[in-house]
Amino acid sequence: MKKTYYREWGIESPRYWGILAVLGAILAVAGVATLHMEHEGHWVTGMNNEVVWGLPHVFAIFLIVAASGALNVAALGSVFGKTVYKSLGRLSGLLAMTLLIGGLLVLVLDLGQPSRLIVAMTTYNFKSIFAWNIYLYVGFLAIVGVYLFTMMERKAQRFYKGVGLLAFVWRLILTTGTGSIFGFIVARQGYDAALLAPMFIIMSFAYGLAIYLLVLMFTFNAEGRALGDKILLRLKNLLGIFVAAIFYFVVVYHLTNLYATENHAYEAFILLNGGIYTTLFWVGWVLLGMLVPMGILFHPALGKSRGGIVGASVLVILGGLAAMYVIVIGGQAFPLSIFPDKIILESGFQDGVGGAASIYSPSLSEFLLGFGGMVLALTVTLVAVRMLKFLPASLADEVVDPHHG
Amino acid sequence: MSDNFDQNRRDFVSVASKAAAATLIAPGVLLQSVAHAKPRSEPVSDENRYGLLIDTTKCADGCSDCVTGCEKENGLDMLLKPKGASDESWERQRPRWIRTVKVKDRLSGHVSSLPLMCQHCEHPPCVDVCPTGASFRRADGIVMVDRHTCIGCRYCMMACPYKARSFIHENVQLRPTVAPRGKGCVESCNLCVHRRDNDVAGTACQDACQHGAILFGDLNDPNSEISQALKERNHTQLRADLKLNTGVRYRGI
Amino acid sequence: MVNTITRLILIAALVFSAAVSGADRKNSVIEGSKAAELDACVAPTALMRREHFKFIEHQRDITVHQGIRDTDHSLSGCVDCHVAKDTHGKHLPIDGLNPETAEKQFCAGCHEYSGVQLDCFSCHTNVPVTTGK
Repeated sequence: MKKTYYREWGIESPRYWGILAVLGAILAVAGVATLHMEHEGHWVTGMNNEVVWGLPHVFAIFLIVAASGALNVAALGSVFGKTVYKSLGRLSGLLAMTLLIGGLLVLVLDLGQPSRLIVAMTTYNFKSIFAWNIYLYVGFLAIVGVYLFTMMERKAQRFYKGVGLLAFVWRLILTTGTGSIFGFIVARQGYDAALLAPMFIIMSFAYGLAIYLLVLMFTFNAEGRALGDKILLRLKNLLGIFVAAIFYFVVVYHLTNLYATENHAYEAFILLNGGIYTTLFWVGWVLLGMLVPMGILFHPALGKSRGGIVGASVLVILGGLAAMYVIVIGGQAFPLSIFPDKIILESGFQDGVGGAASIYSPSLSEFLLGFGGMVLALTVTLVAVRMLKFLPASLADEVVDPHHG
Repeated sequence: MSDNFDQNRRDFVSVASKAAAATLIAPGVLLQSVAHAKPRSEPVSDENRYGLLIDTTKCADGCSDCVTGCEKENGLDMLLKPKGASDESWERQRPRWIRTVKVKDRLSGHVSSLPLMCQHCEHPPCVDVCPTGASFRRADGIVMVDRHTCIGCRYCMMACPYKARSFIHENVQLRPTVAPRGKGCVESCNLCVHRRDNDVAGTACQDACQHGAILFGDLNDPNSEISQALKERNHTQLRADLKLNTGVRYRGI
Repeated sequence: MVNTITRLILIAALVFSAAVSGADRKNSVIEGSKAAELDACVAPTALMRREHFKFIEHQRDITVHQGIRDTDHSLSGCVDCHVAKDTHGKHLPIDGLNPETAEKQFCAGCHEYSGVQLDCFSCHTNVPVTTGK
């Protein structure tokens, strides 16, 4: 088999440092916003006693879900034996780690007591899926680190397939754990559903791949490295299939909910009269996040154009953020059904008077924290591909698949 | 004849002792008695299970005395709106251990008021989801937060079916000795645990209620007033379908 | 000549630091607090100095989870005994300074010098506060 050559990202120095300067400036602003929130307390955010998780969690959960999905490309090469993807594995492992670190950092910095991270890492209640997630996330970083080592160190390459399998299984458990954060909550109409765990898995496939595609295309284009259609079109077809699978899960989730009268009010809230949540669901998640990207990716002409692929990937990511907003915040905004056979006339604690949803308006600090997590993941990725041999030297058609001309 | 006489004497003694007890339990004097009361020296055990019985037929429309009483005793009235916060957002961010809710029955149109606080479930969802185990159920049935271990992740607030928990969104300037409180942790009604551990009877909400709607007691003691009351007439749990076996029961809804 | 001066400086430094640390050691208990009238009642002073945080941390779990309040090691007990009052009779924050005399209060006296940050009083009250009135 032909040897694959990897090379550090070689764009000209001024451009590289310019990019880092811009990213660094964004990170600095995000850092100031985070310090402000931590110092003053959460009263400066839009979060309150009804909507306790806000925009930072939307970004954080998106990043964590995408992180496990980003590892799929490597899994295709190792676990599923598709040799054409093998050279993509290093970037895949790297993105998995950086996206996870970005997401976890946002989560930790949003804690009420972030200085108690040590407590969180040493005191566990193992009935809580959160406690398991801490092990799953940290374990994921360790395993992917080892996985990268087997890919990059010639002497360790014999362990590549074994560690790859372990990493793949681990990421499936991790994403199941992330979906179960919501799936295990019996109290809320929008959550108590076993389907949320597999839905998160299929979402991770799509979001991880969309981010992977964007990073791959950006780094290769910026440097003028060859990125042939053979590999790119395979990836974009995969993305289309994954988005279609999410669409299936969303349909099943809502149809199942609609069948049970108990959930009708919640379904009406999301699908019809929830204001921002309804808009984000139909326009953000369904239309821009799934239907339009599928239309582009499966279109005979658009789907083969670089612009189309970039556009579709960006839309999938935006749709993913909209999906997280609807799930995380919409699920909290919908009032708890404490008195199912009663109408609430008055409440001293915003208990959904007359069925009204809880109010949440995101603050700038929250957006900066969440967005800062994404920027951090990107920054670390760009530094890593510059310093080490993560990117294949060429993904031209002849290099990728010499046997099929 | 002697029975009547004995009964009258019993009535007198019962009324007199209740009056004396009521005087002792009046707020200003109470906290002196907390300071001088007997602090617990043996660990709590499950031989007691503390709970509340709320009679919503006695809860008066528009009354929030229980809320005021709780806020006073547990120092919630010492919390000030942060400078720069809007009134609307402070209303949604300030902590509450108990609130009043007014509901109307969908079928009959009957309107009732009731106080709502942590239900002290036997199988609390908040305890299940807490990653550090800070949210826990004490042996005597009180569900509370060990704020030394709480990291402020608010997962318990997501999981509670009764929205009983509050997060402290701001730096706290003034807090009472009996109820420590700080930014970034979660708290909820703890059945006045400082009273439980200092051998002082009752709860602040029960004391404050002038209509007799709130009854506190030991559910495991068959002779306690609450156990007798529970046996006498029907009572329900909120969200009984969740099978949490709450320690707070309601009558009249 | 240089040797003598060096020796003199060293001796002066030693005497000075002994005097200063000796002074700190005497002043950690504030005049006017209940503790000022008492001998070491919880445990010998040297032991308390070295291990007080272990007592407090061990006790907090016992108090919160088992409800035990009958103890010498309660934090509110420390505050109650060691808190001092200003000239107007108002309690001074035990982890702060006296605004009139800039005297470091009981906890601040050692903790500022040692640089060990206190987390207790972000939640626990640093002066005795009763409620319900």
